[in-house]
Amino acid sequence: MNEESAVSVSGLVKTFGKTRALDGVDLSVRSGEVHGFLGPNGAGKSTTLRVLLGLIRKDSGEARLLGGDPWHDAVELHRRLAYVPGDVTLWPGLTGGEVIDLLGRMRGGLDKGRRAELLERFELDPSKKARAYSKGNRQKVALVAALASDAELLLLDEPTSGLDPLMEAAFRECVEEERSSGRTVLLSSHILSEVEALCDRVTIIRDGRAVESGTLADLRHLTRTSVAAELAREPVDLEGLPGVHDLHVDGKRVRCQVDAAGLDGLLAHLTPFGVRSLTSQPPTLEDLFLRHYEPGDAQPDRRTGVAR
Amino acid sequence: MKALVRALAGTGSLVRLILRRDRVVLPLWVVSLALLPVAIANTMHDLYPTGAERQSYIDIVTSTPTFLALYGHAFGHSLGAITAWRLGGTVLFVGLASLLTVIRHTRAEEEAGRRELLGATVAGRQAPLFAALLVTFVADLALGAIAAGSLVAYGLPAAGSVAFGLSWAAFGWAFAAVAAAVAQATEGARAARGISIAILGLSLVLRMAGDVGEEDGPSWVAWLTPFGWIQHIHLYGNQRWWIFVLFAGVVVLFVSCAIALCARRDLGSGLLPTRPGRAAAVGWLRGPLGLAWRLQRGSLLAWTLGFAALGAILGGIAQGGIEVIRDNPKLEVVVGRLGGSSGIADTYFTAIMGLLGLIAAGYAIGAALRLRGEETSGRVEPVLASPVSRGRWAASHLAFGILGPASLLGAAGIAAGLAYGLSTDHVARDFPPVLAQAMVQLPAVWVLVGISAALFGLLPRLAASVGWAALAACVLLEEFGRPLQLSKRVLDLSPFAHVPKLPGDDVFATPLAWLVLISAVLIAAGVLGLRRRDVL
Repeated sequence: MNEESAVSVSGLVKTFGKTRALDGVDLSVRSGEVHGFLGPNGAGKSTTLRVLLGLIRKDSGEARLLGGDPWHDAVELHRRLAYVPGDVTLWPGLTGGEVIDLLGRMRGGLDKGRRAELLERFELDPSKKARAYSKGNRQKVALVAALASDAELLLLDEPTSGLDPLMEAAFRECVEEERSSGRTVLLSSHILSEVEALCDRVTIIRDGRAVESGTLADLRHLTRTSVAAELAREPVDLEGLPGVHDLHVDGKRVRCQVDAAGLDGLLAHLTPFGVRSLTSQPPTLEDLFLRHYEPGDAQPDRRTGVAR
Repeated sequence: MKALVRALAGTGSLVRLILRRDRVVLPLWVVSLALLPVAIANTMHDLYPTGAERQSYIDIVTSTPTFLALYGHAFGHSLGAITAWRLGGTVLFVGLASLLTVIRHTRAEEEAGRRELLGATVAGRQAPLFAALLVTFVADLALGAIAAGSLVAYGLPAAGSVAFGLSWAAFGWAFAAVAAAVAQATEGARAARGISIAILGLSLVLRMAGDVGEEDGPSWVAWLTPFGWIQHIHLYGNQRWWIFVLFAGVVVLFVSCAIALCARRDLGSGLLPTRPGRAAAVGWLRGPLGLAWRLQRGSLLAWTLGFAALGAILGGIAQGGIEVIRDNPKLEVVVGRLGGSSGIADTYFTAIMGLLGLIAAGYAIGAALRLRGEETSGRVEPVLASPVSRGRWAASHLAFGILGPASLLGAAGIAAGLAYGLSTDHVARDFPPVLAQAMVQLPAVWVLVGISAALFGLLPRLAASVGWAALAACVLLEEFGRPLQLSKRVLDLSPFAHVPKLPGDDVFATPLAWLVLISAVLIAAGVLGLRRRDVL
């Protein structure tokens, strides 16, 4: 597979008893990019990460991490990565500072200056015992430990859960810095704005399968723009225009959703009626997400091919 | 009154939750402990049918300090009295089961954060405490009722049997109450268990000291402990019912403490505010072994000190008891058959070191099963996501399961050997065999650690339950196997049955080598299994 790939997964399957947690996941993370791994709770994001960490063994499919096999080469590969679990549990009797140092040293040492700087940025008191930390503070401990390491790959499983908005901003800054220093980040999340703000490319996963993958621009290309127009005359024959959906005509006002390919035709059709105002909203990741996870949408579009 | 009702809201649902979670364990300990007395009564009847036989059995046994320490002084030689006397130490398990149940449903729940989930529902502040106590109290009562009923059905006097059942229930209540208070005061379930068990152990040691201290009967020291109170009831004798007031007093005292503490403190906190710790880790905290040491050193140190103290006491009282026998010509004949007074000492130390070996196995299984705790809590994830192999991680905690009991038994052996040697003025002669008798328990302990380790690697879900059940089976076989007249083939299932008796046994290398080999195979199987399986 691609030599530049930090992570390449294809057709990954993992079952727990009768549950098919992963049902053919494809995921490709290029070196040096920030890759969003997006999906609702229970979609299989953490399971995929745990396969990549060699904590659980895949049933079938391919999984490569930094050019190695995540199960067999676990110890060697772990020298080059840092991980923040989705649900951070710490040893209740150890302080946050002790945990950060321990995890850093196990990975081969951590940058003291960077540690101090991160503690300050995340406003974390390292002398508190872990049992006294809130969920957010436990999350910060794991983040500081990972970010203060010099690992080339960061695997972050919903890293901002439990952080307040200020700390979320601090986290985003940190990820921006990681990107500019050339590190690869795989960021799993169900928070769309986070992925939208940080990621170069995104893979969307649902029910154990990757349903979309590509850059944000690619994925937007696949989605519908919402258009609202006010016309000089009442329009006719709007129904049946190719690519136009959810059409609402209220006298001279028109609202609809339109596929990227149908935008041209819609505008051409509207112009003869005299366009007085026109607003169009680019699809947010929210729309994209909703389209893929709408209940009843049993057959998700598999348009990954177009996205590439 | 309104405040109390509010604080107790939801107790009923919590009781159902506890019963649902403990639907297997709770009936298991209640019924098995409840039926033990009638089984022992039956054996006593088979072995010593007449009063005279029972009296001479009691005379012999109470003249050896081991059994005097274990069972205490006897009051009467009726079948009921001898049964109650023989079970004087066994009530320990009722206390143990009660205190573990209470802590499991109070502090352990709180530490895991599940209490918070319930606290946000209609459950009142005191509801979890009350629900845990209620279930434990009722379980203890049921245990006592079954025990009393089965003894009456066997044909023992009703009053004595009721008093017997009540004494076991009251004992369970007392330690449930102690645990409830301790669980409110400490921050972690582990500390709560440690302190409660230490109080239980200290109560037993005080009773032992009280019994051994005087020749004719227990000294005033025995009045300090619930074990002594049961003794003073004179079961199947004149039944001093007023002693149950003492139990009631303890229950009221500790339950009030628990309620008061629970009403004052914040959720998740203990009695003392958490002190800030180090902002940076010390130099040695740099790998899985350092982490295991940081997590386990406190309990290893406490257990080692406890074993040293126990060894010193048990070694110190040995000589006094032996002299009593030497002064009694009638007993000396019996004792002579046991191999003379040095033979008595050997028998004594063999028995107490066997007992300490079982207790050390309890420590060792707990230390090894930390692996499972680290896994189920998810704390293992960041460790195994670092360049640490599974084998190295497993070795870090197993080291405590393997070397920890060596430290415990070594401390007990050295302390007992020195104390005994100093009392006989022959340290050079008497010290080595006592220490050796302590250390030969190790391979048997390792087999139990091996069972837990193998289960952890191969059948992780069963590791804790079957690991502890294996120890319970060994305790049953070692302490009750002979009185229950089990066959040698069954008795030999316990690894402790193969521990040589020093210096009596000539052949000791072979069984020890076998035990070491079996434990090595079990541990290796566990590590290999762990390397192949999914980590939770």
